Amino acid sequence: MKVINSSIAELHKMLVNKEISCTELTREFLKQIDKNEPKVKAFLTVTEETALNKAAEIDKKIAGGGEIGLLEGIPVALKDNICTEGIRTTCASRMLENFIPPYDATVAQKLADAGTVLLGKLNMDEFAMGSTTENSAFYPTLNPWDATRVPGGSSGGSAAAVAAREAAFTLGTDTGGSIRQPSAFCGVVGVKPTYGAVSRYGVVAFASSLDQVGPVTKTVSDNAIVLSTIAGHDPKDSTSVPFVKEDYTQYLENNVKGLKIGIPREFFGKDLNSEVRKVINDALKILEELGAEIEECTMPHIDYAMPAYYIISPAECSSNLARFDGVSYGFRAEADETVEMFKQTRALGFGPEVKRRIMLGTYALSSGYYDAYYLKAQKIRTLVKKDFDEALAKYDVLISPTTPTIAYKLGEKTDLLSLYLGDVYTIPINLAGLPAISVPAGFVNGMPVGMQIIAKHFAEGLLYRVAYTYEQNTAHHKEVPALLKGGE
Amino acid sequence: MKISRKEVEHVADLARLNLTEQEIELFTDQLNSILEYFAKLQEIDTANVEPTAHAVQLYNVLREDQVTGSMESEKVFANAPWAEEGYFRVPKIV
Repeated sequence: MKVINSSIAELHKMLVNKEISCTELTREFLKQIDKNEPKVKAFLTVTEETALNKAAEIDKKIAGGGEIGLLEGIPVALKDNICTEGIRTTCASRMLENFIPPYDATVAQKLADAGTVLLGKLNMDEFAMGSTTENSAFYPTLNPWDATRVPGGSSGGSAAAVAAREAAFTLGTDTGGSIRQPSAFCGVVGVKPTYGAVSRYGVVAFASSLDQVGPVTKTVSDNAIVLSTIAGHDPKDSTSVPFVKEDYTQYLENNVKGLKIGIPREFFGKDLNSEVRKVINDALKILEELGAEIEECTMPHIDYAMPAYYIISPAECSSNLARFDGVSYGFRAEADETVEMFKQTRALGFGPEVKRRIMLGTYALSSGYYDAYYLKAQKIRTLVKKDFDEALAKYDVLISPTTPTIAYKLGEKTDLLSLYLGDVYTIPINLAGLPAISVPAGFVNGMPVGMQIIAKHFAEGLLYRVAYTYEQNTAHHKEVPALLKGGE
Repeated sequence: MKISRKEVEHVADLARLNLTEQEIELFTDQLNSILEYFAKLQEIDTANVEPTAHAVQLYNVLREDQVTGSMESEKVFANAPWAEEGYFRVPKIV
């Protein structure tokens, strides 16, 4: 139990002090995968052989007296929309069921360069469209805290794998909350970095102006370590921002004295479950007692972020997913002529939610409707961004619940709009391109609740400082699912 | 704005997507309920608001024009459903 619950820094120390070999460490996590996967199903592919080969390589280096980096030898798993050379990358879609990327995504490359040991690829909603991981074409992932509930999504596998201790950390992607919402539902720490802070090269695109890759971890300090490794300008991604990359661990300070925290009232509306509200209010009290100044504020356009997002993201999705035509890679349906082949390939290769969003996006961009929907949504986006600019000029950070409720029961959300509305607190942040973190803030009926902290562009350091202070003064992150308590 | 069954069929054709009878019916219903929700956006006057395409805007991203290697063609064709002699093959077009 001790090893799998250890932080990255602790694991690093164990490796350096030769208390455990990298092979033993890797086997510990593979054992967890064997044991928990029947109940969690977070993985789509387990790369046991390459993991053990890599571990042996690192053990040789350590035995030879070589110095290892902080992430060297640490077992990781990646969401299955992040391309890994020679390792199947499916996006949880029939369309890419047998796709083997000929190159690594920049984030995968950076983690490989840092010496991490890749354990495998993680389940998700098909093409990252969804918030329960039930839209996976293969099987749903289950919440490690309660197998009758969803882990959230679309990075459900990434959050569930960390909660079930099947990897030391994972990467997910977040277009409208897809890292933060599952992190909240599974009781782990998830960060959506500033748009442009982490390269999207080699990450299968859903909505290019909103997508970001980020770390999912057990603790805030683990998260800062991983982001410090994967962030930075990448010439291969033209939306990657040339900024001075930082070591975010320097911000891990147990101190919020004098920090101004804004509480936007629109994030505490009638849709917020009363028990979740109480958990977040208690968390705010703790930050206040620690010396932060807390004040309510208002963001008048936040209610319009949801409909704007559900125009912009399907529009970008319909354009991005046009590439899946059965010609150069992926699934192809047989047909006598080419246009029919395109249509049938897409009919059989995509699942219902992907088709729905392609339809919605194609309609919003089609002649006659462009101004009423797409252009209007882009203008609303300006107003939402302005709301954040004004609030963040006044406050250092903003705090809200990550989600209005705890994790849903499997199959519970049958109404589309009510499902979409579950992401109401995370979506506005993507529209504004801001960084945000979800940290464990307590429990309702034994299920984890997440608190979302939002900061200015490229102020990830401040997020980590506030989250770290909260974490160091509470014990929620030390709780583990019942799944991990039996046996051993 | 209401979307008709005929429009759904037209949009599916634009998106190069064969839909079953059931899907056409389902999507007509669902798109209508979503569009109804979008009507909320018309509450706001945006006549004098500039659109935002990217929240963190970059302009004129350029690089030196340098010759570098390309991916080997075997790797490019490795995932192709049907490739022959350095070409992707498709069914007849005309």
